[in-house]
Amino acid sequence: MAEKTYLQAISDGLREEMRRDKRVFVIGEDVGVYGGAFKVTLGFQEEFGAWRVIDAPLSETAIVGGCTGAAIMGMRPVAEMQFADFISCAWDQLVTVAAKQRWRAGTPVPITVRLPSGGGFSGGPFHSQNPESSFAHIPGLKVICPATPEDAKGLLASAIQDPNPCLYFEHKHLYRRIKAEVPDERYETPFGKARVHQEGDDLSVITWGAMVYTAEEAAQQLDSDGVSVEILDLRTLVPWDKQAVLESARKTSKVLVLHEDTHTGGFGGEIAATISEEAFEDLDAPVKRITAPDTPVPFSPQLEKAFIPQVEDVVAGLRDLAEY
Amino acid sequence: MAIREAEPLGSLTEVKEAGLDREDLLGVYRNMVITRGIEERGHILYKQGKIPGSFYTGRGNEGSAVGVATAMGTNDVGTPLHRDMGVHVTRGVEPWRIFAQYMGRSDGPTHGRDGNVHMADSNLGLIAMVSHLPAMLPVAVGCALAFRIREESRVAVGWYGEGASARGDAHEAMNFAGVRRLPVVFVCDNNQWAYSTPTHLEYACEHLADRAQGYGFDGVVVDGTDVLAVYRETKRAIEKARAGGGPTLIESLTLRMEGHAVHDDAFYVPKEMFEEWAKNDPIERFRTWLYEQAELTEEEEDEISAGVKKLLNEALSRAEESPLPDPAKLADGVYATPEDLDTPHHK
Repeated sequence: MAEKTYLQAISDGLREEMRRDKRVFVIGEDVGVYGGAFKVTLGFQEEFGAWRVIDAPLSETAIVGGCTGAAIMGMRPVAEMQFADFISCAWDQLVTVAAKQRWRAGTPVPITVRLPSGGGFSGGPFHSQNPESSFAHIPGLKVICPATPEDAKGLLASAIQDPNPCLYFEHKHLYRRIKAEVPDERYETPFGKARVHQEGDDLSVITWGAMVYTAEEAAQQLDSDGVSVEILDLRTLVPWDKQAVLESARKTSKVLVLHEDTHTGGFGGEIAATISEEAFEDLDAPVKRITAPDTPVPFSPQLEKAFIPQVEDVVAGLRDLAEY
Repeated sequence: MAIREAEPLGSLTEVKEAGLDREDLLGVYRNMVITRGIEERGHILYKQGKIPGSFYTGRGNEGSAVGVATAMGTNDVGTPLHRDMGVHVTRGVEPWRIFAQYMGRSDGPTHGRDGNVHMADSNLGLIAMVSHLPAMLPVAVGCALAFRIREESRVAVGWYGEGASARGDAHEAMNFAGVRRLPVVFVCDNNQWAYSTPTHLEYACEHLADRAQGYGFDGVVVDGTDVLAVYRETKRAIEKARAGGGPTLIESLTLRMEGHAVHDDAFYVPKEMFEEWAKNDPIERFRTWLYEQAELTEEEEDEISAGVKKLLNEALSRAEESPLPDPAKLADGVYATPEDLDTPHHK
């Protein structure tokens, strides 16, 4: 065990998969000599060579489509989008080709697309988005959103070895801010198994990614009010751990769903609907959602603070629920 | 590196030098006749109400599709499209499975989950197309990338049409393949009509093959009704790619001899254009060549026709016996399991 940043854990996990599995290669913009915009693949090209750490032209369609072809030919490609926002340029390759190929033609497409996502540092409308819900709606894709360094490494190993197209959302605001113990050995963190970030009895927060830490800070304030909050980190949205969510809802009877993505059509709606369908009788309050508003991500820090759910927003939401 | 306009087919000796003996040539002819036969029977099935949705054919493109596929090696792979039934036939897909696909039966390659030529047998090195053209070009380039990384002497063939040439996927795929000199051959089925849109509304250069220069590789225009010329140009391009010489863009010029699909009567195509191109029917043209250059006899021709007729009649009966897909299995296989990777490509 050693303490590592979330970023280091991703980098270590990726390097380890490349060392043990010759089928794994990395492709993206500036991933080679430069080591990637966030330096996740720093030093990789020296170790693995220019044909396993491939600097691609500015061509997201060719990158993701190329990964699909290579995967069908038996490789385990890992594509890096420089920012998750640019995945829109490769939507067709993911949604039209990769997601449907197994179901309609029996051809699995084992690719991993790394997506640096999320806001919090004035990236503006095109360098801050959280597009996970759009892809969670597409049958055939898996959606992974690690929150801790340990999960970042283990979920990446699982994604690379998974026989399906996996979208791995790595939250940029966690990269260097979050440090924690990470096991030295290789391990795979299973998909669809939520993690209890902290146990509690009175309220449940269902969340993922960077919002896990926002929830944690808010829960500390509720703790001084004498209200105990359980925080469930979903880890993956497809598949998502319905059972763990329902169990937590039944235990506390009051649920807050929290995400950094925008409101309408966000994955929080799916969670809230499922709780009301399957645990209605156990609820003592309507399921509450705290999300970003339905606007593009703003640039100015004052505006961005109003966009991304803040600790005080979550505190207020939790108090509302507690008092209901 | 100006583009070339390919020479027309030559004598039997020239063709032998290009790698096809007389028996191979009869096989090529047979594959073209099977291809047309499958699509003609498809029309009948459609009129009988046995094909759901619409029905797409590649009439006029049989020579191009069979010519390209004949030039491919066993371990080469490709992403053929909706005018390229001849590729599936040449690679060895059984006709009864194709009829089952047309009718949405469970023995079609997609088991009723997709229709028409949206199918492929991956064991034969083919990858199933999607409707969004040319989305399969980046995929073909990715296959070539895998071959390059593993240093295998295999080649990928990616098809698109002159309509699809207007989309960005084509540019990204060709640019990346050019930059990395990947072992891929791009085949543009230029049948002059993208649904109802003529070529002058799709592109402003003289030939689409001209664009190859912009990507740093060779381009060639070939008469797509001349199966042997298509074969020879593809063979050259594949051998070049296999030897590390990078991609080639082959523009195969034909006319789409029917509507975009069965619901379209192609009223917008000038009648004279159909009449002119009908004189260059690829099957008729090759048959005449076989008589003149390869001493095809009437007995041989009759034997091939009768063999194809029997094959397709049996295929139809077998396909009609194929069960309808089971709705209870609709959700199976949305996600792959590790066992699904037990294919030749993943070993």
